[in-house]
Amino acid sequence: MAHIQLPDGMPGIVGPLAFSPETAKPLLELAEVLLRAPNTLTSAEREMIAAHVSYRNECHFCQLSHSAAAAAHLNGDYDFVEQVKVNPEDTGVSDKLKALLNIAGKVQQGGKQVTAADVARARDRGATDKEIHDTVLIAAAFCMYNRYVDGLATWQPREREAYREMGQQLAHQGYTRDRFPGAPKAAQA
Amino acid sequence: MAHIGLRGGLPGIRGPMVFSPETTKPLCELAQVLLTGPHSLTPAEREMIATYVSSVNDCYYCQHCHGSTAAQHLGGSETEYEFIAEMKRDFESTTLSPKMKALLNMAGKVQKGGKQVTTADVERARQEGVTDKEIHDTVLIAAAFCMFNRYVDGLATWQPHDPDVYREIGQHTARLGYVGRDYTEPLEAIAAKQEFPVKKVVG
Repeated sequence: MAHIQLPDGMPGIVGPLAFSPETAKPLLELAEVLLRAPNTLTSAEREMIAAHVSYRNECHFCQLSHSAAAAAHLNGDYDFVEQVKVNPEDTGVSDKLKALLNIAGKVQQGGKQVTAADVARARDRGATDKEIHDTVLIAAAFCMYNRYVDGLATWQPREREAYREMGQQLAHQGYTRDRFPGAPKAAQA
Repeated sequence: MAHIGLRGGLPGIRGPMVFSPETTKPLCELAQVLLTGPHSLTPAEREMIATYVSSVNDCYYCQHCHGSTAAQHLGGSETEYEFIAEMKRDFESTTLSPKMKALLNMAGKVQKGGKQVTTADVERARQEGVTDKEIHDTVLIAAAFCMFNRYVDGLATWQPHDPDVYREIGQHTARLGYVGRDYTEPLEAIAAKQEFPVKKVVG
């Protein structure tokens, strides 16, 4: 049972977003900018950074939903995303993305864990200042979202199948507020 | 030196904020909703939650900005600054209300990880009359500062240790909040001492 009274039947972060529309607005805008706005990193790459950090934070809902979003961007290649989430170094992702996922893993442990060597490795593999910035902020933001979802003990469906449709929607319709419960009436119309 | 090219003379989060305006907008709005405006928890109480989490995360810039803002909300004298320092060291032995202590306890659990918040932690807060909204907001403030702290330290931003810098930031923020401000303006305490690193060209 969740630590506070949340609307029934809303999985993970969706309950708290409906509970608190005034904080839902900036939280969703941040996700949309970080994960879907035009960027030299693809949405699949950015969703994999989110999924990797959520996996490291052991947040079931976030890792499953963002893995599903990444897989939806990659035409449903769920197994590949699972491998990247768990152990990126042993996958076929680019050397640049491996270096960025390494930085994201350091951010998950704590901001000061990111070393000059971590950053140099990413630069050697072609990462730009903006890509390093965005990687650090995606990783930091998921240290927030994960704690928000688990800190309130939200309801989180266990089986992977429950996240497939959610992944499609996140990938193709995004994090715009009118898709979520609790949005202002005008936005829902 | 910061891990990426940031404008010189801007302390802590202000460098990345100016670097990335499109993410700054929701980040400032989030801080504004969580920490300012009418609420059953005072702005000082909410800033203390932010300060405490930043202190446990060992983020120098955030704990001193928000500690100073809390102290300013409480009156702004040395006594209030000393109180904030005590609160960070050991909030349980301060004169804070049992309700605030229960919320700070919960925030400390969120800092370690969301799953560390137990029903006993929530029960302790409820016995002090805490509402669902206060629990929700405490969890989200603590979670948000696990983000802000990592953002500030993960980019190795410049964080001066001059107390005058943080006094000025606290005065501004307590009065003006977080949105609709020009964060590119140099702080007087920094401009006066010319202690900022030479501007680094981006790219």
